[in-house]
Amino acid sequence: MMTHREALEVLANLRGGRAVVSTMGSVAFWPKLSDTPLDFAYNPSSMGQGIALGLGMALAKPGLGVVVLMGDGSLLMNLGSLVTVAQHAVDLYVLLIDNGLYEVTGGQPVAGAGRTDFAGLARAAGIARVYACPTVEEWRATAPEALSGPGPVFVWLRVRGDLGQQTPAPPRPMIQQVARLRGALGASG
Amino acid sequence: MIDGPTIVSALQTCGITHVVWVPDSHLGRWEADLSSSPSLRLIRATREGEAIAIGGGLILGGARPLVMIQCTGLFEAGDALRNIVYDLKLPLLLLVGVRSYRAFQSGQSTDNCPAFTEPILKAWQVPYAWIDPEKHSGADFIAALRKAQVSGNAAALLWVE
Repeated sequence: MMTHREALEVLANLRGGRAVVSTMGSVAFWPKLSDTPLDFAYNPSSMGQGIALGLGMALAKPGLGVVVLMGDGSLLMNLGSLVTVAQHAVDLYVLLIDNGLYEVTGGQPVAGAGRTDFAGLARAAGIARVYACPTVEEWRATAPEALSGPGPVFVWLRVRGDLGQQTPAPPRPMIQQVARLRGALGASG
Repeated sequence: MIDGPTIVSALQTCGITHVVWVPDSHLGRWEADLSSSPSLRLIRATREGEAIAIGGGLILGGARPLVMIQCTGLFEAGDALRNIVYDLKLPLLLLVGVRSYRAFQSGQSTDNCPAFTEPILKAWQVPYAWIDPEKHSGADFIAALRKAQVSGNAAALLWVE
């Protein structure tokens, strides 16, 4: 099973000029791989709302391309967001980082851990381009296709859970992140 | 009387680009007008917290959304509201239908939604103004929305139902 960091390293090589919204545990890794004005560490967040936030950005900026790094616990809080996303022909790429755990609260299993077919849920919601990658080798082989072409795209990545993790800190205060992102998107003022 | 075409015209006047909504039985009457407007994009969300987060993303991207929900959805959406308004400090604009407000005021409803809407907004420290479609005009609605916009902060318009 791949590590969380390995999963994100594959993305780092292929994200191109897209915005990347990292949430929850991904905030510990992504800013070390990429920290441009188009990288938005959504922390503090409203758990479960990462996809919705990314969808809003993608709707406001057609052609930008937005990648959302979402945990399984977060997605389970807002499964309806898959249905919402499926309504729109937007370049939104949801990377589900599934470790089966609430990592920062002590490693308790999420509901349905190991049983839930997230790719099946995404397809049933109406998302046409869905990929499932249980190993890093499969993710490396799949990523060039998954991260190109039109969205929405849903990628289910099974990663190893790591216990003892603290809630990651964002690279800078949220107010600075918002200003930096809006500047990069030409949305200031 | 403020009807659907009046609402659409007002939103156009105020430069609203997207309406993100979970409709209720009153606001839902505007469906045809909102969805047919060439200058507005209607975004359907599955729940109200999601609608607020989509609104936040739209603002980040430079759009000017209005989130339309019922007061019951406002109750549901507390954490999303807290995050978008206080963590991200985005000027989110809400139009909230207050279910049973008229009947509640006259003692003819046991629906408890109206009793909690204002206290909830006060608790979240979100300023609000009332719009009564039977008393106010489209110009009043535009004035209230513009006042909210120029404040640069989050604000809600409460719609009497």
